[in-house]
Amino acid sequence: MSEQPSMAPVVAAPAVAFEPRIVAFFCNWCTYTAADLAGVSRLKYAPNVRVIRVMCSGRVDPQFVLEAFAKGADGVLLGGCHPGDCHYAEGNYKTLRRMRMLIRMLKELGIEDGRFRLEWISGAEGDKVKAVVNEMTAQVRALGPLDLPGKFKEWDREMEDLEQHVNASAPQQEEAHVR
Amino acid sequence: MSAKPQVAFYWCASCGGCEEAVVDLAEDILKVVEAVDIVLWPVAMDFKKADIEARPDKSITVAFINGAVRTSEQEEWARLLRRKSQVVVSFGACANMGGIPALANQFRREDLLKYIYEDGPGVDNPAKTRPQASSQDEGRTLSLPELRNVVRSLDQVIDVEFYLPGCPPTPKLIMAAVQALLSGQLPPKGTVLSPDHALCEECARKDSKPVDLALAAFKRPHQIQIDPEKCLLAQGLVCMGPATRAGCEAVCPAGNMPCTGCFGPSSRVKDQGAKFISSVFSNIVPKEAKEIDAVLDGVPDPIGTFYRYGLSKCILRRKLN
Repeated sequence: MSEQPSMAPVVAAPAVAFEPRIVAFFCNWCTYTAADLAGVSRLKYAPNVRVIRVMCSGRVDPQFVLEAFAKGADGVLLGGCHPGDCHYAEGNYKTLRRMRMLIRMLKELGIEDGRFRLEWISGAEGDKVKAVVNEMTAQVRALGPLDLPGKFKEWDREMEDLEQHVNASAPQQEEAHVR
Repeated sequence: MSAKPQVAFYWCASCGGCEEAVVDLAEDILKVVEAVDIVLWPVAMDFKKADIEARPDKSITVAFINGAVRTSEQEEWARLLRRKSQVVVSFGACANMGGIPALANQFRREDLLKYIYEDGPGVDNPAKTRPQASSQDEGRTLSLPELRNVVRSLDQVIDVEFYLPGCPPTPKLIMAAVQALLSGQLPPKGTVLSPDHALCEECARKDSKPVDLALAAFKRPHQIQIDPEKCLLAQGLVCMGPATRAGCEAVCPAGNMPCTGCFGPSSRVKDQGAKFISSVFSNIVPKEAKEIDAVLDGVPDPIGTFYRYGLSKCILRRKLN
């Protein structure tokens, strides 16, 4: 397309500039609506969140949070309705109770505080979406990459030599079937 | 070569309870011994690694391997048996999920070694000697297995056909598994040889489990007089039943103790601990963070409680550091 030469000299970006990847679970009735509002209001916020719309923050199983980290998320944000405002009456209370325990568990497993965050954001609070996302992105950026997929690979490297050794001494194929 | 199926038993990082469970078959073990040739069973019989190495590949019909995999030696044995066996059964909680040994995944290897060989009470080791994978003595090279950084379940090291859950698996399940294997009527690969639903389903206290647990406080078994009939969760005890697979016929609740989760999760659950948090902790009474936290203080060791037998299979696998 445009062939216009850039005015500024081309500066090589650092090879691995870290951009946090944050998975955000937003409830359909409040926080997702707020994110929509932020969009319609043309509020700009960090593009580091990947929003997943769920019907209720109560739908978010702690397994989802762990899975997000294990698949490469650097942070997980969970947004629901303010206490008392849940479309399903109790969903956000259930979320709060579960996540208070999940937070303890994450801490014991060495996941830093700022990587998981629970926020109540009503449908009218587009500006809060912006503030929370920006703040969390900055926080996770400061913490650096979590890179669990990389860590899993690194951990299993200690088995490689022995695996090769055992397989090397193996006969070529399943050559003998004795019954 | 005999025409009988060849069976191997092996133990990795385990306590010997799984071997005990095999002996617990009582008279039934005679039927097993009659039907098969045991080619390896370190706890009971004198076969060596060389005997197994000398066998043709896939010549062992079934290998039952228990224990977590924690050292290079256990890894080597697991891989060797995988090569020599047609079917590998992961036997017991440690092989399936890391078991009690996997609680070591909360610590760094260096910290463990330092405590055991230097700092622990009763250690007298001024030279700070530690076992070495390779060392010299009078001109000979001596070798020892290496301790790995991560405690693994068996299926994190080798491919596994079936799983027998439990700490240890019950004689009834073992016998059913042996019969299925001998009859050749095998379930699909990856099957856990135990009913695929939650333990609560087969617990005698099930009818007294309220729809809303409404937990106002958690208690530990020594802190209360446990009602022998009522649902243990309803009494404020952390009973892992809702997130644990059935099959043991609820022996612990029958003995007036809460389930600790040794059968692992059912097939629809990925992470036993996280699922337990999801199901039970949503049902505590308070609605404010501070009051919720006060209730949660009643569970002083979340990892050791929710992942007592399964930290290797936690989605995060171990503590990061």
